[in-house]
Amino acid sequence: MIFLLKKDILSDKEKKILSFVPAAIFPAIIFPPIFLDDAGSIDIENNPKILAAIFAIIVGYFSKNIIATIFAGLISYWFLIFVYYQ
Amino acid sequence: MNNRLKTLAKGIIDVSPLMIPVLPFGIIYGVIGMDLGIGPYMTLGLSIIIFGGASQIVLLQLFSGGASSLVILSSVGAVNARHVLYGAVLSEHLSGLKLSWKIILSYVMTDQAFAVSNDYFKKNDKDKNQHYHLLGSGFTCWTIWQISTILGIVLGSVVPEELGLSFTISLTFLALLISDFRKFKNIIVMLVSGLVATIGFNIIPFKAYIIVAALTALIVAVLLTLTDVEKK
Repeated sequence: MIFLLKKDILSDKEKKILSFVPAAIFPAIIFPPIFLDDAGSIDIENNPKILAAIFAIIVGYFSKNIIATIFAGLISYWFLIFVYYQ
Repeated sequence: MNNRLKTLAKGIIDVSPLMIPVLPFGIIYGVIGMDLGIGPYMTLGLSIIIFGGASQIVLLQLFSGGASSLVILSSVGAVNARHVLYGAVLSEHLSGLKLSWKIILSYVMTDQAFAVSNDYFKKNDKDKNQHYHLLGSGFTCWTIWQISTILGIVLGSVVPEELGLSFTISLTFLALLISDFRKFKNIIVMLVSGLVATIGFNIIPFKAYIIVAALTALIVAVLLTLTDVEKK
């Protein structure tokens, strides 16, 4: 019982809401540098960061590997800016 | 004494496999610190003082963008909010410790150390020296994080700016969300947060777009959780 009482410092509902914290915060850090240009206006056309991020999401979805996701995004970004858009 | 050392060693061994992704993450952090022009001392200083990868990157980004200290502090706090959950779970096993022990263990606590030590605590609840496991796992994380930060600082000072390494900020956080990609509700919460931040970037004052977007998305998360309970 003591075990149970101590465990209830946070209710299940509170724990569930806390589990959304990364999903609520991280996109606020992810989105603006991808979708906004240096002047701060929305840039969707010919934006290599959007394509690279989509590729990283696909790799992340299937591999479930953090480092593979980062490098997939970075390498496809380099390919786009140094090869494709040159 | 011997028992304590054994538990400490067990903590180090248990957490070691989880250190493999931490090493490149620390290097990326060090490179970003140098890329944003914060300098080697502050880059390493943040690793020692804050010791929380994702929140350190947020701090660098907001600081270099000219955000106020209040906004930076609250954003860093928000990114680390999951530690409240860890603390609540660990208090089951560690509430009897002295304050000095609690402070040390809170400082070295990381996602990886929590994962392995909480598992150990559950299985060895009667062990009086179980906290040495968390000391071992946490201090291992700490050491690897500092070494990889230094490696990143060294690399960052030689990597050319044209590589656009600041894009790794977005990629790193995106990668930390991969386990959420398969959950529909989490995707909704992510889209709300991202859209509010992007649209609000120029409108919301004091660079508070991260906090405003996060709170809006959390309200959506609460609503989604509540409607879920009502169905039952």
